Amino acid sequence: MARVKPPLFLARAPYRRRRLRDAARLLPVVGLFLLLVPLLWTPKAEVSLSSADVIYFFAVWLILIGLAAAFAPGLRADEQQPEEEED
Amino acid sequence: MPFNLLVAACLLYVIFLFTVAFLVERRALIGRLGWLRSPLVYTLSLSIYCTAWTFYGAVGYAARSGLEFLTIYFGPTLVFVGWWWLLRKLVRIGRQYRVTSIADLISSRFGKSNTLGVIVTLIAVVAATPYIALQLQSVVLSFGVFASAAPDGQAPLDAGSTAIWVAVGLALFTILFGTRNLDAKEQHHGIVTAIAVEAVVKLVALLAVGAFVVWGIAGGVSDIIARIDAAHLNAWQVQPGRWTGLIFLSAVAVITLPRMFQVMVVENDDEGHLARASWAFPLYLMLMSLFIVPIAVVGLERMPAGSNPDMFVLTLPLAEGQGSLAMLAFLGGFSSATSMVIVESIALATMISNHIVIPLWLRWHPTAGAGDDLRVVVLRARRIAIAAVLALGYGYYHVSGGSAALAAIGLIAFLGVAQVLPALIGGLFWRGATRVGAMCGLVTGFAVWAFASFLPSFGPGAALSEAVFQQGLFGLSWLRPHALFGTEAMDPLTHALFWSMTLNTAAFCLGSLLTFPGPVERLQGAAFVNVFDGGAGPQRWARGQAEPEALLTMAQRILGEEAALTLFQSAARDQGKEGFLPDPTPAFLDTLEARLSGSVGAATAHAMISQLVGRAMVTVEDLMAVASESAQIMEYSAQLEAREAELTRTAGALREANEKLTQLSIQKDAFLSQISHELRTPMTSIRAFSEILTEGDLPPDMVAKYGKIIHDEAKRLTRLLDDLLDLSVLENGTVQLNLEMANLQQMIDTALTAARQTRPERSFVIHRDLPSEQIYLKTDADRLTQVFINLISNARKYCDAENPELRIAVRQRAGRVMIDFIDNGSGIPKESQALIFEKFARLTDANRAGGAGLGLAICREVMTNLGGSIAYLPGQGGAAFRVTVPLRLEKAAA
Repeated sequence: MARVKPPLFLARAPYRRRRLRDAARLLPVVGLFLLLVPLLWTPKAEVSLSSADVIYFFAVWLILIGLAAAFAPGLRADEQQPEEEED
Repeated sequence: MPFNLLVAACLLYVIFLFTVAFLVERRALIGRLGWLRSPLVYTLSLSIYCTAWTFYGAVGYAARSGLEFLTIYFGPTLVFVGWWWLLRKLVRIGRQYRVTSIADLISSRFGKSNTLGVIVTLIAVVAATPYIALQLQSVVLSFGVFASAAPDGQAPLDAGSTAIWVAVGLALFTILFGTRNLDAKEQHHGIVTAIAVEAVVKLVALLAVGAFVVWGIAGGVSDIIARIDAAHLNAWQVQPGRWTGLIFLSAVAVITLPRMFQVMVVENDDEGHLARASWAFPLYLMLMSLFIVPIAVVGLERMPAGSNPDMFVLTLPLAEGQGSLAMLAFLGGFSSATSMVIVESIALATMISNHIVIPLWLRWHPTAGAGDDLRVVVLRARRIAIAAVLALGYGYYHVSGGSAALAAIGLIAFLGVAQVLPALIGGLFWRGATRVGAMCGLVTGFAVWAFASFLPSFGPGAALSEAVFQQGLFGLSWLRPHALFGTEAMDPLTHALFWSMTLNTAAFCLGSLLTFPGPVERLQGAAFVNVFDGGAGPQRWARGQAEPEALLTMAQRILGEEAALTLFQSAARDQGKEGFLPDPTPAFLDTLEARLSGSVGAATAHAMISQLVGRAMVTVEDLMAVASESAQIMEYSAQLEAREAELTRTAGALREANEKLTQLSIQKDAFLSQISHELRTPMTSIRAFSEILTEGDLPPDMVAKYGKIIHDEAKRLTRLLDDLLDLSVLENGTVQLNLEMANLQQMIDTALTAARQTRPERSFVIHRDLPSEQIYLKTDADRLTQVFINLISNARKYCDAENPELRIAVRQRAGRVMIDFIDNGSGIPKESQALIFEKFARLTDANRAGGAGLGLAICREVMTNLGGSIAYLPGQGGAAFRVTVPLRLEKAAA
């Protein structure tokens, strides 16, 4: 039962798959950042809600959904593969 | 609108759901689910996250605090788009270990401890009760909106009886479809499909109301944007703590809410569905909240002051005379409330029966016979639990009077279930998390939540006295419910979130660090944390003395006769046995336990089997033995590997040596024939000319000429023999060295002069760097010069360039001097480089006038005797040799 060391470098396809996983892991972090950025906006004089705020949040939302939808097929195909070393 | 029509619509709708659930159950029974197991149904079923609180309450929330309602959706969005982090692992574990609820997951991870299961169950029940009350309240309120003539939603008609009827109806529906069978895997296809249908209804309803508001009342998108700007809706408050805290809280809740866990993990049919839901569910949430702000703005504009903004979704269409739209909205709200209550009560009932009722029942009836079917007990327990959960919810509604604002209760419930998070995350990612740690964390978090959030929600003077609010518990001012440890700056919810999660996590970590886990805990910890590494890990059972028959009896009590017999029969067949009784091997016990835990939870299944097997459970010693065994195997294989590598190396060296030997032998044969030739040629001419001379009668000049030829040939023979002698002396190491200080430049000068005799007709350009040659060496100057002469002569002989050049470069490094001789010829082919220093080696036959191929061999022996070396330098644009000598040769080295 010789322990096979995982290869240090990967072919192009597995390399892309791993980077896709990295992107999928980063996505919520990016999302949280974008949702917290408005906290740093200069407080406006009036306290009423502006439509720009609403549009900003829905735009961020749509972008997150779009990216997740773009990643999902690749990640799902990835899951059918035998599990590789995580890194 | 007549109230009766409303009731009739509700009933029709419920009957419709019944039919859907019933048909799906029928299809599931014959195993033809088809598209009903698609990612779409899975995603839609996840939408029970959107309860009546979100359906009605979001508008009220937006009217009261602006965009803050969005945080409730942002958390789940982040969790789902980041599914690769957590949800993937959660679902994998849930499927692999047949987890039946979140309490089962926690208890199973921490050594199948039923105590933990009980704690999580209690937390879930306490947190869910107000939440269920909230759903009842929203249904009652929406009934009230229709019943009252004035559409202000404030006059609920006979609220009490409505709530009772709704609660009873829901209990019946849930019992009918949630506890029809006790599946090996706790799945309810009928209910899930009915919930997916309800998800569509509520989405369509909300979108319809929104579209009506935007394009029916307002004049399109740009108009609604203008209205939003004009309305004096509260801006989303710039409270970084609350904003961030709410996003975190909702993110946690979507993982830990019992109903979310039920649909997300327990009812999951295919891990691939999660990938689709990772974007589809956020999309659903976004669509659900798309029109919230417009509805709130227009509602505030059009409705009379003092109307309940929580009911705008209903009252707005009603006020505009859109009866059917209002009816659709009502059904949407009804769907939201019912689907949540149904799934929540199923999830809670599963927990209650698996972690509280069954263990108690087993304690009281430890040796029940084969006849009594435990499944009946389980199902009955669940039915009663469902009724009890709904009764609790109704009780809470009744006691609280249904007056509190919807959103506040929802958030408090979120925070309650969020206390499971540290144990869950720790259990999934940290092998060091222990049962005691999890218990400490859960109890601490629950206590802080109850004290700082749940009990105060009843208002001052209700659960906690006025004095506690003002002066703190026991009069300690740092124990005030809304200002623990003197932190008054935060709003109550953020405050409770901060302290409960902090203290919970701290207690969890501390407890885990300080305690030592038992064997089952460690096994389960490794299995859960490394769930993606494949392999089942070590066996959980040692071979026990269990009677297969007793096992079968027990399995029948839980799985039912048919299923248990099938399981045992196939296991027996796998072991190569006939009949229904397999040997109680560890593998079989594992399988059996997994099947049982799908029905009654891991802790109970484990307890039942260990009851029969006796002390065949693994111990820490067993674990260590297994570990050291595998460590030994690994060490052994590492040794084998090392040995193999060494063998490979040796074989390579041998092969190389063999090649060299073969080539040398060829060379030697060639040399022998050649040396005979070399010896014979001068001998022949000597003999021939001496014969001529002995005949006499020759003119004196001819005599002189022939005599010279004889002399030359004799000299050549002598030289050849000298060389051979020299070489053998050098090789034997018996050579005498005359060590003295000598100038390197002088040696090179001498060598150049001496070598000029070789092919004197060729004119060489010599490149030297005279200053660098000013080095005094302590060595045998004559021998070293001999090497130089040899190298320079070789260059003169073999350099095939048109305008031959020779470069001599001298360098000094670390007590050694390197002298390079580089010509501009074509050099020595790579395959020959290894051979040139061998005796008798000669590359071409073109210029063999010089010697017998001993020159470089002698050079090498000389250099070895001088404590230095000679080597061929490849890649210098010609033949290049590097002579390395020590700066000061000591006597000992000679």
